[in-house]
Amino acid sequence: MKLLLIGECREGKLLEYSYELFGFASQAGAETAMLIVGGDGSLPGYGGTVYLADAGKYGEYNPDLHKRLVQAVVERERPDYVVFMHTSYGWDLAPRVAALLKVPQVSEVVALAEGGGFERPCLSQKMRQVVKPQGTPVVLTLQGGAFPALVPGGTPQVQPVDASGEGRLEFLGYEAAARKGVDLTKAEVIVSVGRGVGKKENIPVIAELARVLGGEVGASRPVVDSGWMDAGSQVGVTGQTVSPKLYVACGISGAIQHLAGMKKSGFIVAINKDKEAPIAGVADVLVVADVMQFVPALTAKLAK
Amino acid sequence: MKILVCIKQVPDMESRFKPDASGVWYADTDLAFRVNEYDEYAIEQAVLLKEQLGGEPEVTVLSIGPDRVVEAIKKGLSMGGDRGVHVQDAAAHLKDSWQVASIIAAYAAGEGFDLILTGLQSQDRGSAQVGVTVAELLDYACATTVVGFEYADGTVTVKRELEGGVKGTVRLKMPAVVTCQLGLNQPRYPTLPNIMKAKKKEVRVIPVAELLHQDQRVAPVEFRAPAKKGSAVVLEGELADQVDRLIGILKDKTAVLR
Repeated sequence: MKLLLIGECREGKLLEYSYELFGFASQAGAETAMLIVGGDGSLPGYGGTVYLADAGKYGEYNPDLHKRLVQAVVERERPDYVVFMHTSYGWDLAPRVAALLKVPQVSEVVALAEGGGFERPCLSQKMRQVVKPQGTPVVLTLQGGAFPALVPGGTPQVQPVDASGEGRLEFLGYEAAARKGVDLTKAEVIVSVGRGVGKKENIPVIAELARVLGGEVGASRPVVDSGWMDAGSQVGVTGQTVSPKLYVACGISGAIQHLAGMKKSGFIVAINKDKEAPIAGVADVLVVADVMQFVPALTAKLAK
Repeated sequence: MKILVCIKQVPDMESRFKPDASGVWYADTDLAFRVNEYDEYAIEQAVLLKEQLGGEPEVTVLSIGPDRVVEAIKKGLSMGGDRGVHVQDAAAHLKDSWQVASIIAAYAAGEGFDLILTGLQSQDRGSAQVGVTVAELLDYACATTVVGFEYADGTVTVKRELEGGVKGTVRLKMPAVVTCQLGLNQPRYPTLPNIMKAKKKEVRVIPVAELLHQDQRVAPVEFRAPAKKGSAVVLEGELADQVDRLIGILKDKTAVLR
């Protein structure tokens, strides 16, 4: 079995989560090669073959060109799986590669299943499905955190790679994260607001619990998207990654991007009406209740 | 300008899910259905662009599925879409992402859409493949994970959401496919007059057999609940008792309460 791992670089650096690709390869017990579109400074600590395409020529983000590079390496390596992370890069590029190669794609893989199948989440992480691709190679994207990051060690044998084609996108630049508001990464207690609080007017009730606990107020993505709270409060992959001593999730169902940003907290309390919500999978205590009834009662008792 | 918005009807995510007779997907009996959340941002963006251009673009709202998906199409029309397309398929849930994209591309191929908008992913399957694959099949430019959208003179400039709060700005010429991330805009609530107007708008019905000519590339083989990873202490029952028990646990297990 042979894997082609597609590393992800930004501004000349290999992104840390690319090492999860090696964790997957190790579980699959497979021979590997990697492709990255980057510079000399982006090479991984890995003793195998690394195909290196010049980011200056192919662009930081140019999927029309990047997919041709993947195709060129697939023709040389003949892998069984072409593996991406399920990130903004992977979910943009992987379907283009699958379409170009006319092969199956399985998204957001969390485990290998018996008989050549793959396990993946569905229904907003509440359920799992096992799917079996028909044909090879198979294009995969891996859920972040599902496989351990692994640095295999060694110095790569670098093979340059080129491809022809035209890019239809013009990349204009990056915009850094908005970092106004509190630095949640330093907070010892975070009480986070989810959509389960019902409406913006209910947020002070949650903030009062945070005050009584001596903590800060965080938010899940839907709360920020609805304009109830600032983007600076958002906990998750696209917001802040936090690890307080105590994390209280109020009416948060637990989208994977939120869980990835808070699951390293010391102690996690989830307050949710839905016992089956994915947040239950990471919580130490799950209070099955209406958050707008439970939180005021808890705050009142703590304030006594 | 012609705009196509591809939407999906999905079950309420707070439901309890059980396998259907096939054993590979959920049973849809007793479930409430709604428009996939990501797709509401796509509808809103199409309507915002139509308003920006003085109402000139025609917005078509397409959905694939059994008869109930007409409700989702009607919502799109009551938000401001002009006409609907219902690709009638009672077994849509058994099609893979490749087949779904092929159906949409087969419909769109002859229609000359300038812009195709859809959600980044569906809340039920969550593969994030369909929009990009449609673009590849039609040979359109494509940008995904879009949280900012501007249009001027045949060019679309979008902000893509990347990891760690970073965004990337990309410009693409039409025809183009754009997949919408949560937070791109504020999807509007349909007003009663617009709901009434939507009832009169055309919804064209096309049997799926007319559009699907591709075999499945990924077969579903199992559907189940995830293995219980968490060992959460579950507090149920009376409110005052839940409060006392939680405070007891916090005193016991954390240094936060003295």
